Amino acid sequence: MPQAPGSRAPGTLSGRAIVTIIGADRVGIIAGISTVIADAGVNILDISQSVMRDFFTMIMMVDLGASDVSFDALRERLVRKGEELGVRVEIEREEIFKAMHRV
Amino acid sequence: MKHLGFSGEEILETINMVRTEKLDIRTVTVGISLFDCVAGDGATLCDNIYDKVTRIGRDLTRVSAEIAREFGIPIVNNRIAVTPVSLIAGRCDAAALTRVAETLDRAAHALGVDFIGGFSAHVEKGMTRIDAGLIEALPTALAATKRVCASVNVGSTRAGLNMDAIAAMGRTVKAIAAATAAQDSIGCAKLVVFCNAVEDNPFMAGAFHGASEADCVVNVGVSGPGVVLRAIEEAGDVDFGALTAVIRRTAFKITRAGELVGRAASARLGIPFGIVDLSLAPTPAERDSVARILEAIGLDGVGTHGSTAALALLNDAVKKGGAMASSYVGGLSGAFIPLSEDAGMIEAAARGTITIDKLEAMTSVCSVGLDMIAIPGDTPAETLSAIMADEAAIGMINRKTTAVRVIPVAGKGVGDWVDFGGLLGRAPIIPVHTMSSRRFVARGGRIPSPLQALIN
Repeated sequence: MPQAPGSRAPGTLSGRAIVTIIGADRVGIIAGISTVIADAGVNILDISQSVMRDFFTMIMMVDLGASDVSFDALRERLVRKGEELGVRVEIEREEIFKAMHRV
Repeated sequence: MKHLGFSGEEILETINMVRTEKLDIRTVTVGISLFDCVAGDGATLCDNIYDKVTRIGRDLTRVSAEIAREFGIPIVNNRIAVTPVSLIAGRCDAAALTRVAETLDRAAHALGVDFIGGFSAHVEKGMTRIDAGLIEALPTALAATKRVCASVNVGSTRAGLNMDAIAAMGRTVKAIAAATAAQDSIGCAKLVVFCNAVEDNPFMAGAFHGASEADCVVNVGVSGPGVVLRAIEEAGDVDFGALTAVIRRTAFKITRAGELVGRAASARLGIPFGIVDLSLAPTPAERDSVARILEAIGLDGVGTHGSTAALALLNDAVKKGGAMASSYVGGLSGAFIPLSEDAGMIEAAARGTITIDKLEAMTSVCSVGLDMIAIPGDTPAETLSAIMADEAAIGMINRKTTAVRVIPVAGKGVGDWVDFGGLLGRAPIIPVHTMSSRRFVARGGRIPSPLQALIN
């Protein structure tokens, strides 16, 4: 079978994901989200923040490889923490961004 | 971000496509061959079909939901397409064929999929006894089931048009409308009359698993009229070269997302990946509309002069973007122009600025045909057949797929509204020509296949 775009073999996923946090800036957002990520045994590879399209935006790349928490469970924890902090948090596997933005 | 190969802007673009522009995977369709279900008696056949469909499709909805969450892209529908029933039903009569349809319905229900396609026959050259039985069974089968979709291929560029079959299909659509009169003739929304049907189309109601396909396959249908609309609006008043580039780029991105999802689904289901079908398939949601795209290209309202040209450039640019994005683009891939499923089309029909004639012209350059059009319930069978013949002729001569899915709504006339619910949408009933085509349809026989040279 031919190779999928952006992945090593069909269905093989890198284990990396992008966490996006969008909302109004306030104290404790990075701390709160980072704690959820660390508690899940997930490693933060990179982090950037900026104001884009009038929203405060933070983007993290994380590595799920060493975590024993499922993708769904991590996603639920992040969304819940986001609600507590009043920001929108999403996590998606990196492959979707690679597929759409890189040839 | 040094670890990323992409920028924050790109990440947000993807997220916005999903959140605000309604990019979605319209369907993950698993095609299943039923050839090995063939049996000497109808009851065993039905058991075999039920067992195979529920075995192969067992994990479909769970895997789809998982993938949707992980990639952040909604998967709207999960569907099953099977080998055309006319090819595997042996000696079944119309009553036994209805039981096959009911079996498919039960299997779809058990899997939690909303539609199962393949109650189909190919009769472009001639009709076997079993094809005739299947067509005869359509009114009862479509009235007795909720999830079964049917299609009949009545013509092709190679074979010409089977006018006897087209005459039969006019009567059949009338009978389906009557059999489902209590639900605004919704049975007709589950039947497609094709010319040049394709074997790997994942979109309903016309999906079936062609005879040339493997034992099972995952096909993905991606949509995204809202995303294309936004891109065109952002581009502003650029010339056509720049405009088509914008559409191509957008189609490329959408198709790549579709291929990723298709391959992930394939790996997790353990079923080979087939094709990704990038079709701009509208929904009744306001901006998820092909009509709105045509208007953004520069028309005050869809249906006015220029609509056909605008649709032609859209359809072609979508195909070009999609073809560059994936090695396996298939299905219908283009722009759909259903009436009741597209907010802009519904508005134009209510205003009276789109007619069945203009829709027919537009189908010569769109990806399929006359789709989800509600017409008066007293439309004669011969007129329905003549509409099918016109549409099939466009497909035959232009070497493309065309289809007719019209609903002569029992008991309703021009100006009445009909609401099919959900993605099937709602529409005002639009008029058809009232001068009779009876003598034309009554001739019988076949319209011969066309020359493939001297094509001007």
